[in-house]
Amino acid sequence: MSHQNDPLIIAGQSYNSRLLIGTGKYKNLEETRIAIEASGAEIVTVAVRRTNIGQNPDEPNLLDIITPDKYTILPNTAGCFNAEDAVRTCKLARELMNGHDLVKLEVLGDQKTLYPNVVDTIKAADKLVQDGFKVMVYTSDDPIVAQELESLGCVAIMPLGSMIGSGLGILNPHNINVIMEDAKVPVLVDAGVGTASEAAVAMEMGCDAVLMNSAIAGARNPVLMASAMRKAIEAGREAFLAGRMPRKRYASASSPMDGTIIG
Amino acid sequence: MQIQVNGEMLQVQDDITLTGLISQLELGDKRIAIELNLEIIPRSEHAETVLKEADRVEIVHAIGGG
Repeated sequence: MSHQNDPLIIAGQSYNSRLLIGTGKYKNLEETRIAIEASGAEIVTVAVRRTNIGQNPDEPNLLDIITPDKYTILPNTAGCFNAEDAVRTCKLARELMNGHDLVKLEVLGDQKTLYPNVVDTIKAADKLVQDGFKVMVYTSDDPIVAQELESLGCVAIMPLGSMIGSGLGILNPHNINVIMEDAKVPVLVDAGVGTASEAAVAMEMGCDAVLMNSAIAGARNPVLMASAMRKAIEAGREAFLAGRMPRKRYASASSPMDGTIIG
Repeated sequence: MQIQVNGEMLQVQDDITLTGLISQLELGDKRIAIELNLEIIPRSEHAETVLKEADRVEIVHAIGGG
């Protein structure tokens, strides 16, 4: 299988899976665990929150279920609306993860769109890179912003396909293509994928990987969707490597036209 | 004395350390990270870090997120 000799490399680390998944919105930790396993993901995002938020004191912690020895944990800065909060969150995450410094930077613009605030994203990326973080950055599909983030030293550029949690797919594939043309670091579609075919489209376009959460957690059967996404990512990647046939305006017969019994 | 923990006022004994605070909050066995007045305090320094009146402490953990 070609994908086994085709690792995804982020900040010098090699991964077999090109599907990165989030751990939000699941029914419970057990469903989270099983869905992640079914997805084959090796990089898993988590959020950083105050200890009095989002958990019963008796429940095990997420990191006791999704353990750092088995998965690469990617703390995010979700919920941050300015550079300062995002940088603080990353520093807390690094302490939480015993010095592990791979982070997903996202600085959001407003609650309605959760669209990236690219001005503060750039500010935060600059500070974090200088502080030694390896920054995978969620951004808009603006190629110029993507270039700027790469030149600041981000280790992966992660443009949205469409708004977080919208499931609207990749609305501007042309922009993603332009971003990929210029980028020398991995480009991941982060946000917007709603179903398996859309994940496959991202990979067929040549994206290095896809990061998703709602598409799996929000499916009627999250574990089955996790499995579907695993296959879609692999199929899309193989199709990209295989190179699709050219599009033609008219038919081209698959069977030879000579030697038919007609005439 | 009063300090602020995760945005809420909390009564604690004078000269309490971060380790003391963690145990008062029953977070002793949890995987957490602490920021004191906007500075990260590494785990190795919790025991020797003494809090003072009106300190602002943030204690965080990992939860599900995308």
